[in-house]
Amino acid sequence: MGHFLHEFFSPLDFLRAVPQVWDGFKLNLQLMVVAEAFVLVLALLLAIVRGLPGRAAAPFRAAGVVYTDVFRGTPLILVLFMVQGFATLNYFGLSADTLFRNGVIALVLVYTAYVTEVYRAGIESVHPSQRMAARSLGLSYLQAMRYVVLPQAIRRVVPPLLNDFVGLQKDTALVTVIGLTEAVAQAGFYSSNFANYAAFTVAAIFFIFLTIPLARFTDQIIRQRERRERGQAV
Amino acid sequence: MSANGSHFVSLQGVTKRFDDLEVLHGIDLDVGEHEVVCLIGASGSGKSTLLRCINLLEKIDAGTIAVDGQTITGTKVDVNRLRQKIGIVFQSYNLFPHMTVLQNVTLAPRKALGISRSKAEDHARALLRQIGLEDKADEFPDRLSGGQQQRVAIVRALATGPKLMLLDEITSALDPQLIGEVLELVRELAGAGMTMIIATHEMSFAREVANKVCFLDAGVIHEEGPPNQIFSSPREERTREFLARVLEAGRL
Repeated sequence: MGHFLHEFFSPLDFLRAVPQVWDGFKLNLQLMVVAEAFVLVLALLLAIVRGLPGRAAAPFRAAGVVYTDVFRGTPLILVLFMVQGFATLNYFGLSADTLFRNGVIALVLVYTAYVTEVYRAGIESVHPSQRMAARSLGLSYLQAMRYVVLPQAIRRVVPPLLNDFVGLQKDTALVTVIGLTEAVAQAGFYSSNFANYAAFTVAAIFFIFLTIPLARFTDQIIRQRERRERGQAV
Repeated sequence: MSANGSHFVSLQGVTKRFDDLEVLHGIDLDVGEHEVVCLIGASGSGKSTLLRCINLLEKIDAGTIAVDGQTITGTKVDVNRLRQKIGIVFQSYNLFPHMTVLQNVTLAPRKALGISRSKAEDHARALLRQIGLEDKADEFPDRLSGGQQQRVAIVRALATGPKLMLLDEITSALDPQLIGEVLELVRELAGAGMTMIIATHEMSFAREVANKVCFLDAGVIHEEGPPNQIFSSPREERTREFLARVLEAGRL
């Protein structure tokens, strides 16, 4: 037991590892914020495209289906290696050295596929009579979407969106495989330098402390809106 | 009335199918400007579908519909502009729950008609004042009673200045004591000369407010005429049966 405690919770190593792991963790934070921003926007666009009516939109809908199937089915670690490989071809200003960008691209590719499905579920959960009412007032399809369907849909999917957001936060650790020295890589360096695992514990705590406030914050938002729109608490 | 032949709404041979089920068979119907036409008939007789076809919420399979001298069932119709001229109110209100009453009423004028926010809000408040709901302008729909919600839905449909109102069983989801306030509003609209097509189960209201009553059964208008004739001396056997059943149910 003492051995275990020393390896994972030794106070000295703990304190000594914090600055080094924090240094790497800042990169996780950046990856997370940048990737999530792209994911939230791109997935919404893709979800709208996948719901477009009419025959003219059929090729776009099909492309959307193929995209989600491919990137939801491919392990992120594989996508990371493939994007890194693609980058060495130097298209679109990418190179083997643009590690941050390559990592973001892989994360965005995979998580957009997930989040698109979340948005789609939200859009479909809004009763068709809402869209019909909006259209009957003379609003266009896209106006009905923007002002009536999406606000209700997005509100409903905040919890699952958060869930995927947490997943993304944690998966930023995987970009270590293409050589980005984020928190897990730093913890690895520390553990091999000092033969102690406390640095991994530190990294774990950073990740945990990042998700908890976000979860509470979302709970609060949901409750506030409920209270505002309903006569009494249900 | 429309003795001169200039009908505000004119349906000819309107047929609508849902897959294999034909819900409207060759409907002919003329409505003159300022006329109020009530559609009566059992649930599933096609009343709602007919109203939705006039608003192009449903595509018809055969026939033509003309509104305000314009054929609306062709290919080159600006659906959004047309719908601004036609207000429709549904049985289930369909207010937007994430918007306040004021936002519900001003959405279409602002976004579809491009009216400025302040103008749209002034107009909306004036409309809400007329129905005595100005103090609810900033409430969300869930805080209103059913009758209040339905009156807001009517005002929302009126806010784009339509020349025709389609009312689709607007009192069917209401508690009996709330029906009166909604019908009173419809009565006022009729008095102000609004052209309306009303699908309803409220027979006494139809009798009072309609210029013409049409009895629908299985997607066909079996009988139409002035309310007194339809309700007092119906010619068709089916109409008599329907009215007898309504009478039994105590709704006349």
